[in-house]
Amino acid sequence: MTETFDVIVVGAGPAGNAAAYTLAQAGMNVLQIERGESAGAKNVQGAILYSDALERLIPNFRDEAPLERHIIEQRMWVLDDASYIGTHFRSDEFNTPPHNRYTIIRAKFDKWFAKKVREAGALVINETTVTELLRDASGKVIGVRTDRAGGDLHADVVILADGVNTTLARKAGFRAEIEPRHVALAVKETHFLPRETIESRFNVQKGEGVVIEMLGKITQGMMGTGFLYTNKDSVSIGVGCMLSDFMAQQTTPYELLERMKAHPSIRPLIQGGELKEYAAHLIPEGGYNAIPQVFGDGWLIAGDSGMFVNAVHREGSNLAMTTGRMAAELVIDLHKAGRPMTAANLAEYRHRLDDSFVMKDLKKYKDLPDILHANNQFLTTYPELLNRSAYTMLKVDGVDKLSKEREIFASFRDKRSLFGLLGDAFKLWRALR
Amino acid sequence: MSGVKIEEKLFQNRYLVDAERPHIRIRDGSVCEKKCEAQPCVVCCPAACYSREGRKVVLITDGCLECGACRIVCNVHRNLDWEYPRGGYGIQYKFG
Repeated sequence: MTETFDVIVVGAGPAGNAAAYTLAQAGMNVLQIERGESAGAKNVQGAILYSDALERLIPNFRDEAPLERHIIEQRMWVLDDASYIGTHFRSDEFNTPPHNRYTIIRAKFDKWFAKKVREAGALVINETTVTELLRDASGKVIGVRTDRAGGDLHADVVILADGVNTTLARKAGFRAEIEPRHVALAVKETHFLPRETIESRFNVQKGEGVVIEMLGKITQGMMGTGFLYTNKDSVSIGVGCMLSDFMAQQTTPYELLERMKAHPSIRPLIQGGELKEYAAHLIPEGGYNAIPQVFGDGWLIAGDSGMFVNAVHREGSNLAMTTGRMAAELVIDLHKAGRPMTAANLAEYRHRLDDSFVMKDLKKYKDLPDILHANNQFLTTYPELLNRSAYTMLKVDGVDKLSKEREIFASFRDKRSLFGLLGDAFKLWRALR
Repeated sequence: MSGVKIEEKLFQNRYLVDAERPHIRIRDGSVCEKKCEAQPCVVCCPAACYSREGRKVVLITDGCLECGACRIVCNVHRNLDWEYPRGGYGIQYKFG
């Protein structure tokens, strides 16, 4: 192929699909390259789809996208070894269309999204790995090299939506290797159960779903969380912790997940399920301060590859779709104006991101990763104290309630000291405000 | 909990193995054996692709989930050649 495309998009995840779809809709000559057998074959997510980001691209997606269940109830559990204390929020407002969020199965969802990209007019090639970026003498990116014979392909601009490992930007020297403290390693299993079992077990009806987010002793002192999501006829259960924390201890990711599954509050929820897949994936959780250079001469980065994940709010795929769309929109604007895809012109991408919720949200929590890293009491001591307090207070054993309150207060003071407690409250307030 | 059978988990997955063409290679096995005290790849790999034979680290990539963790944790010696598999090969998630 000697043809020069307007744009090459690398990757067919949410970022790449959003970019390619937006470009193709605008009539641009787009080539999208995916290394999996089909879109989604390499992708892993919990997975929750927030409607808003997709709705902006495909307003009627609810009529045709493969969605599992819309979420009507969100549970937050703080666990110690024997118990959990938590909040459940269930609202009929979440049960009223149009629904705000859904569980999805990524392999199915990505395949559907890729079909939309094709229908919009993009040329999509699967089973092709991009091995490196092609650059001219000045360093400008002019295309990609693939592992197909004669696989050099040219374009005016390349959108790198190649995922968390950010292989192409790393190889090109646009960014350094990812640091272990900037990514979480998550493992996940899909367990199949009859639909009726899921619905009775989680107290929902047809089409309705529940998500459970968990933290506490299930991560054995590591910074991380666990999750359990209900799909149509399966549940997704997983746990993820910072890779730097995994390095510093001796439990393997699959052992951690096995222990979590054996927790007395979790085990009954997956009992009788048939394991049909085991997956692992990195999540870029370095936050605002870890975001790399996201544009340059002839290239832009979108999605996980640019570290666009809000770990606090468990948002990733919506940021991927949003950054993919915004990268595409800038390319369309420049193309229409007849302006070249230089670093100076593509710098507008970063400005637009800064003005959007993407960067505003990431900036809001920019200090949180460091604070949690340096203070693992939030994930170990406090979950235990909270659970013990609840147990002490609720156990009827002839001890008067005032004495119980004193015992609980003493347990907090002994573990953290008064200054420690005040300091912890201040740290959390500063990180979250 | 050493009783976890990772093989049984991986057995549920669908792979198209690129026979004889591993996509990750240890550059110099003696570096792992003699210079790397921690060998973090062994504990961090979610598919148990890395195992120890004495002090030697043995890598078999057939069950690889292509997460990239091993490359990132090898941050002292940078002793891995890490690539994605050729297009169409490797893990093919059914659900993901």
